[in-house]
Amino acid sequence: MKQKILSKSDAIARIRDGMSIMVGGFGLVGAPLELIDELYRQGQKDLTVISNNVGEPGKGLSRLLEAGRIRKAIGSYFTSNPVVGEHVLAGKLEVELMPQGTFVEAIRAGGAGIGGFYTRASAGTLLAEGKETRVIGGQTYVLEYALTADVALIRAHKADRLGNLVYRKTARNFNPVMATAAKLVIAEVDEIVEVGQMDPEVIVTPHLYVDIIVQREGAT
Amino acid sequence: MDRKHRIAARAAQELRDGDVVNLGVGIPTRVADHLPPGVDVYLHTENGLLGVGPAPKPGEVDPDVVNASKLPVTQTPGCSFFASDLSFSMIRGGHVDVAILGALQVDAQGRVANWSVPGATVLGVGGAMDLLVGAGRVIVTMSHTTRDGQPKIVQNASLPLTADRPVDLVITELAVFQVTETGLVLTELMPGATLEEVRRRTAAEFRVQLA
Repeated sequence: MKQKILSKSDAIARIRDGMSIMVGGFGLVGAPLELIDELYRQGQKDLTVISNNVGEPGKGLSRLLEAGRIRKAIGSYFTSNPVVGEHVLAGKLEVELMPQGTFVEAIRAGGAGIGGFYTRASAGTLLAEGKETRVIGGQTYVLEYALTADVALIRAHKADRLGNLVYRKTARNFNPVMATAAKLVIAEVDEIVEVGQMDPEVIVTPHLYVDIIVQREGAT
Repeated sequence: MDRKHRIAARAAQELRDGDVVNLGVGIPTRVADHLPPGVDVYLHTENGLLGVGPAPKPGEVDPDVVNASKLPVTQTPGCSFFASDLSFSMIRGGHVDVAILGALQVDAQGRVANWSVPGATVLGVGGAMDLLVGAGRVIVTMSHTTRDGQPKIVQNASLPLTADRPVDLVITELAVFQVTETGLVLTELMPGATLEEVRRRTAAEFRVQLA
């Protein structure tokens, strides 16, 4: 059986400067905070981050931003972290803003082999400016393209040694879909169990999506 | 009952037994406190929970159970958790019966601006655009004017619109407006409000059809 369990330092060492990285979590809930902190420690830079938010001041992805290591952020809601605004105004960060449903559907499409899709969200608004539109059934839809990444850092509750994953409550959020859309998927988990110990009916992310499993060190 | 609770209580009267409802930040979150007897609704939060319960008691907070404002909530019997892609499929697919949300401005066609203030760098939209195009019915609850007394119901929005689709109902501390194909219709005055006051504090054309 392929060995998927690695230390966080070995796992994060697979990330290179300039890579695009999907990061799960809604705010800090369900964010892979130990993997992010290890990425901060190792020093990779010039990163494109695809994440709904960019942490909170001093926490999560914001630490990387504050250290000048994120070149571009793609997501839906950066308002809650004032550091993002400061970096944008200073010309140190490029931001691409999408409606949250469009953001997550673009990732779903990326993981599902779909090149793009038409959505009603943002039609007739500033966020649709310059985008191709199409009238379907009398209503305007906006063409959006799929999103993929080099790496996804996700957070799950439990894994088995194959990489099957289950999540916990609203900490699930963007994690399962990001697991489908990156070339290298690293999952930070609370607990690792033997193969066969997870109920196949409740597995949310089947193991074929998961490349590396990292056991959390801290208390959950 | 203060002004915000009066608005929330009026919005709660719009809900029907069995509705799936998404509540925005601010006044909308209070709607759940005013449900009429016999009306059970199922609260949906876009970060992945159908069956949101009230805020937890101190000491009973589960950090993995939050609402779209990232505030701790509880889960109710019969609730379900799901990922964000399914949550927004529910929203855009028309499976959320009612969305109740706040607004910075509403224009004469009933379209909403609630995501971006001009001059400031635009850095967040969240799920507002998806909810406005996808929810079965959209109800706006908001104060009638800004803090410095400027009308929020205006002929043409000066702020960027959130969607091209008009909302269905606008509820303020002064009035209730139905949105029709021909524009805003004033259908109710809130207790203590007068038609003269509504006219004075509204900057959009509207028709009057009081019951």
